[in-house]
Amino acid sequence: MAAIEILGLEKTYMVGFWRKRPKRALEPLHLTVEEGEIFGFLGPNGAGKTTTLKMLMGLVFPTAGTARILGRAWTDPEVKAQIGFLPEQPYFYDYLTAHELLDYYGQLSGVPAAVRKPRIEEVLSRVGLTDVKGLQLRKFSKGMLQRAGIAQAILHNPRLVFLDEPMSGLDPLGRREVRDLIEQLKREGKTVFFSTHILSDAEALCDRVAIIHKGQLRGVGAVEELTSSVQGKIEVVWQGTQIPASMKSLGAECHVTGDTVRAVLGENQQDAAIDALRRDRIRLIAITPLRTSLEAYFVEKLQHPQAVPENTVGKAAGTKA
Amino acid sequence: MSARILHIARNTFREAVRDRVLYNLIAFALLLSGAAIFVGQISIDIERLVVVNLGLTAVSLFGVVIAIFIGIGLVSKEIDKRTLYTVLSRPVRRWEFIVGKFFGLAGTLVVNAFFMAIGVFGALLYVAHKFSKPDALILVALYFIILEFLIICSLALLFSSFSSPLLSAVFAFSLFVIGSFADDLRGFARMAHGFMRWIATGAAYLVPNFSTLNVISAVAHQQPLSAQLVLQNTLYALFYATMALSGAVLIFERRNLK
Repeated sequence: MAAIEILGLEKTYMVGFWRKRPKRALEPLHLTVEEGEIFGFLGPNGAGKTTTLKMLMGLVFPTAGTARILGRAWTDPEVKAQIGFLPEQPYFYDYLTAHELLDYYGQLSGVPAAVRKPRIEEVLSRVGLTDVKGLQLRKFSKGMLQRAGIAQAILHNPRLVFLDEPMSGLDPLGRREVRDLIEQLKREGKTVFFSTHILSDAEALCDRVAIIHKGQLRGVGAVEELTSSVQGKIEVVWQGTQIPASMKSLGAECHVTGDTVRAVLGENQQDAAIDALRRDRIRLIAITPLRTSLEAYFVEKLQHPQAVPENTVGKAAGTKA
Repeated sequence: MSARILHIARNTFREAVRDRVLYNLIAFALLLSGAAIFVGQISIDIERLVVVNLGLTAVSLFGVVIAIFIGIGLVSKEIDKRTLYTVLSRPVRRWEFIVGKFFGLAGTLVVNAFFMAIGVFGALLYVAHKFSKPDALILVALYFIILEFLIICSLALLFSSFSSPLLSAVFAFSLFVIGSFADDLRGFARMAHGFMRWIATGAAYLVPNFSTLNVISAVAHQQPLSAQLVLQNTLYALFYATMALSGAVLIFERRNLK
């Protein structure tokens, strides 16, 4: 069963004071996330990631479209007992202690009193807040608040966890811990849907990612699939300091280092490059394919004006990594 | 009542207590003690009247100010600070949130009124040295003051559900002032003619009638209060508060939380 099915959700805000005019925050979005996967929702700031999450959480009403979460209508309040949500830059009732906050959220999520107390202790320990559980949240640092936010999102043992920029405000160690936590959630069989603009996090964690820009879905699929679709590059290294004119004509970026030359050019020009070196009797040392990063794909998709066609999204969405 | 409403109400009450709202009780106690001593020295035979008048008016005004200043931020503050996101992403209906907030604030005001009432009775005992039978009417006046708080709470929540805290405060306080003169407004409506009569009558019945809930002067003068008035005021306050709360729910149910 799909954990999330987004069926054409779209959002248009009316902006302006006197003369209201429509502003499209999200084009009709079609996306499916399978149960048990870590799904990254990527895009630059203002791309529509948070709007999508807010619509799924029922905080913002869509202009059109619908969605299903864990097989039920996303507006069904009961489905919310099975999902956890960490908003971007979370802020909590700062007059409460971390323990009181989790107790309150546990009550609202319907966690029975007998289970709640041990569960709170477990979750606090998991996010490293046990030592400060009696401290009011107004005395928490940004990173500690983020940890409290993650704790409240997983407190009620949800099947599906939505995290909006979960690494935001965390130091490198904290980021590493959150990564480990997300991986642990996956091992427990939970589905994690997280938005981020930090591509290295997505690349390291996600089974699949979707890229959104200016409210349009620009790409969706497994990281390897997406990066392989970008034109690959190779690095050619040869002996000497001479750069043949034919190599320059291939558009290679050449750098002379000591008595070797390194050139980077398109994968499809590999044979032409070898021929050029043979003709000039230059000794070839190595040819190495350069791995295309998610960043390269991301940048290409951001510059690419076209959105992903609906049928492609459906196909890609159905393919689990 | 749903358990979630109860949890939200309890948290709202806890917020008020931790934000030191109940500290006003200290100010109130000092004011009443000072007034009782002062009145005891300068009044001849009317000490009781002055203390009851002063005490109950202070209970009412303190409560109204607290109701407005907490009530106007109950929803808008949660939206601005985004604390609402982690509440509404749980199995909590929007109407449950509004109703929970209402009961939390109403509970705060009832506790507040209870302690202030102890202060009033304390001051009365100081100046009169003993309680008399008509003093029981003070309890009825306090009950009406609590009904007044319920209306103010619901109005503050109504305005808070669509407006900024500043505008909500202006609206709520204006309605409190106009509502305190509701009887005069109704008298004016009866005397007006034509279109103006329609407007004045409409306005007179739309604004909350706080005049009918104000029996402080009657109680201070030991005038009897009918059971019918108690029933009538109870039904009126519950009806008005329910209507205002329903308006708040209707608006909030449709609101995008940006």
